[in-house]
This record gives sequence, C-alpha cells and structure tokens, in this order.
Amino acid sequence: MKAGIVSYGTYIPRLRVSVDEIAKVWGESPDNVKVGLGVYRKSVPDLDEDTATISVEAAREAIERGKIDPERIGAIFVGSESHPYVVKPTATIVGDAIGCGNSFHAADFEFACKAGTAGIQVCMGMVESGMIEFGLAIGADTSQSAPGDPLEYSASAGGAAFVVGKKGVIAEIEETLSFTSDTPDFWRREGQPYPSHGGRFTGIPAYFRHVTSAAIQIMEKTGYKPSDFDYAVFHQPNGKFPIRAARILGFTKEQINQGLVVGYIGNTYSGSSIIGFSAILDIAKPGDKILLVSFGSGAGSDAFIFNVTDLMEDYPRVPTVWDKINGGITVDYSTYLKLRKKIRLKG
Amino acid sequence: MIPRFWRKIKYRYDIVGSVCENCGTQFYPPRNFCPICRRKSKIKEQRFNGRGKVLSYTIVHDTPDEFKLNKPYIVALIELDDGPIITSQVVCDPQEIEVGMRVVKTFRKYFEDGEDGVIYYGTKFVPEK
Ligand SMILES: [Zn+2]
Repeated sequence: MKAGIVSYGTYIPRLRVSVDEIAKVWGESPDNVKVGLGVYRKSVPDLDEDTATISVEAAREAIERGKIDPERIGAIFVGSESHPYVVKPTATIVGDAIGCGNSFHAADFEFACKAGTAGIQVCMGMVESGMIEFGLAIGADTSQSAPGDPLEYSASAGGAAFVVGKKGVIAEIEETLSFTSDTPDFWRREGQPYPSHGGRFTGIPAYFRHVTSAAIQIMEKTGYKPSDFDYAVFHQPNGKFPIRAARILGFTKEQINQGLVVGYIGNTYSGSSIIGFSAILDIAKPGDKILLVSFGSGAGSDAFIFNVTDLMEDYPRVPTVWDKINGGITVDYSTYLKLRKKIRLKG
Repeated sequence: MIPRFWRKIKYRYDIVGSVCENCGTQFYPPRNFCPICRRKSKIKEQRFNGRGKVLSYTIVHDTPDEFKLNKPYIVALIELDDGPIITSQVVCDPQEIEVGMRVVKTFRKYFEDGEDGVIYYGTKFVPEK
C-alpha cells in the first residue's frame, strides 16, 4: 500500500468580517469588490488565536478522528507565512500540545501559501522510506494585510492538518509533483508587518503558470484527463483565480464547487487549498479521484492525485468544513482592527 | 518567569493532571502527594478529556494592563466529565455563558511578554457545539 492521508482535521476561527463592512470604510463599492474578487466575507482570528493555536486545534481534530496514538507520530511539519516567532518553531508547540513525546522530527516550513502541501510531500517521503510510521503535516495562517490594501478583503485565518501514513489510509496519494520557479510576485521582508505584491498583473506569470503547469504535468505523467477526476481543488487567493484555472485546464464547476471555500472564509494562505481539499474529503466516496494543486508565491505549485479508499466509509467527518464555514460571528471593522492589532497602543 | 512557565508547559498545553490510585482522587493542577492517603499515596499522571460543564463563573471587567485588549473576559469553574473541578477562562460572549453550559477545551494564547518576549499558550474552554 502506498502512503496516503490517514486522517485530517481543520480549524477556522469563528469570527468573520464582511466585504461590505471593509468596502464601506474605504469608500469602495461593495458590489464591485464582491463581483471582482468573488469573496463575500472572511475569517478573523480572535486576540488569543494565531498560527500555533490554529495548528494545534486542526491537529487535535485529525488525531481524534483517526484515533491516532500521538506517540506514533514521528514527524511534525508546520507550513505558514505567519509563524508566531521568526526564530523558534511552531512545530514544537504542536508536538507538546498533542502529547507526542520527544522522539519526533520537526521543522517549520515557509513557501508562501504552499508550505502545507510541501509538508505533506515530506511526510509522504519519510513514511514511504520507512523512517517514520506517521507524519503530521499542517498548513495554517493568520495572514496580515495593510489597511486599505486590496488584500484586506481576502487575507484571513485558518488551517488544516493531515496525518500521513501507510496504515488506515482513507485517501491514497497516487502521484505528486511540484512545479517551481523564481518569480517575485509577492513577498515580505524581515521586520515588515505587511506583505508587498506585484499587483494585479502577477496572475498570469505566477498563479496561472504554476498551477496549470503542475496540473498538466501530473496528468501527463499519469495519463489522466480532467474528466477522470471526481473533484479538483486549486489554491484560492480569491474566488476568481481557481475558477479560471479550472476552465483553462478543462475542469467543470461541478468538479470544483465543493472545494471552493474562499468566498465565505477568504484566503487562508497556507490553509487555502487544503481546507478546500478537506471539504471535498468530507463528502468523498470510496473510489473517488481528487486532484489537488496548491500555489505559493515566489513561486511554486504542488500537485497531488488522491484515490479515496473503502476506509472512508467508517471515517467520522462531522462537523464538516462547510459546517464550520457557515457558522461564525460577524464583527465590525473597528473590532477587526483591534483584533488584528492594527491599532497602535501607547507604551 | 520563563523557566517557571516552561516546566509547566505539559500541564497547561493539555489538561494533564494526576490521580491517586489508592483512593481515586483526581488533581488538576497535578499533585504528587495525596492529602487523604498521605504516605499511602499512589500518584499517577492522567490526561483528562477536556469536556465538562460550567459550575460558576465571573466576568472580569477590571484587568491588568496586559489584558486590556481582552476585556471583559470570563473565568469559570468547570467540572470535567472525567476529572476534577478546574478554573479556566471561557472564550465566548459574556451574554452567552450560563451555569450548566457544556464546554470543551481549546488551545489558545494566554499572553505575550511584550512585543519581543515569549508567547505563553495554554488551555481555555469554548462552548461545546
Ligand atoms: Zn489518595
């Protein structure tokens, strides 16, 4: 048996701010923004939530649902562009919080929004080589955006965690590959609170080039065509890009709708494509074939082909990702500024 | 401050307490001596499952400066389903909390030691869905 997903868990902070509320403050037309971005509201982390707490909650859900003995997890990798510390790992916090002992490999990954899927690939390699029995790969973020920047409509918070192993696999990894190039479309320098980006013209050379190249390469390598897949999910920086990528590649709306979560929680960065993938796993049936393609600025895409196994029948999947997306409490823009620490305090 | 906290990380990150196997009394925070059995104490570490109900609570409006952003916040006595009564913060709207409400553990930030200091994490509770 090949390595695959043994269990998964997600966490989405319960607070939300609407695009209407943000647009009102900046004198923009809410309808133009909503139509232009395909985003209606986004998740907001509470004051006591960050990438570490989101990672722990997602990991705990994965461990509980898969009934995994934490001591058998031999590696933890946390991918994020908003690790709480610049120096000091998030993965160690997760390790102690889930009680997996001290004998485990750990590191934090950074590759903009694709660091979580990079973790899945590393865990897969370690499992298949026999180095570890189970690996825990997490992608989580509490992305910052400058007030008034277009990113403010979408930059949100959330994460997903995957236990990768060979025993008890619910979704086998049939194939994975990456497409990578040095493309400075989006970046944040050391010490800067907010990221910078190349603006609206970076879509073609960055997102679309990497996502479609990785998808085409993995289909060429395996001999599959879009109609062979039951579902597909692409990184979701907004509601428009993944739909356009799907159209370019020849996937239908029916194949991508279940995993298209960005409209109601925003872009969760490292959590984005994998929360969408988790939403698909929530309803997937044995035999289903799923294409996942992440994207990280800078730039690269990881593509995966998953085959859902018979064990999915008995796997507990409630509350679902969509249950979590549809819940939530809406806050106003000034509360949002306080929560995101965009108000400067004296002293 | 830092060493004192990190020795307790295990007990704060999850609800890890102890039980006296001689009399069955459970402790959180953990104790390594049973006040009932004294010399006959047989203490074992125990992880509690983190579900329970609110026995009593108070809403804190007057906070030290480092919690100014968080106010008001709720501190409650929580009776664990499989363990002792513990004190913890409950994260929800103060309008929402009531005695008897079901709650479940969650991993949250306690506080930050300034902008360049250590970030302290631990267990809080949220309403059970
Ligand atoms: Zn005793």
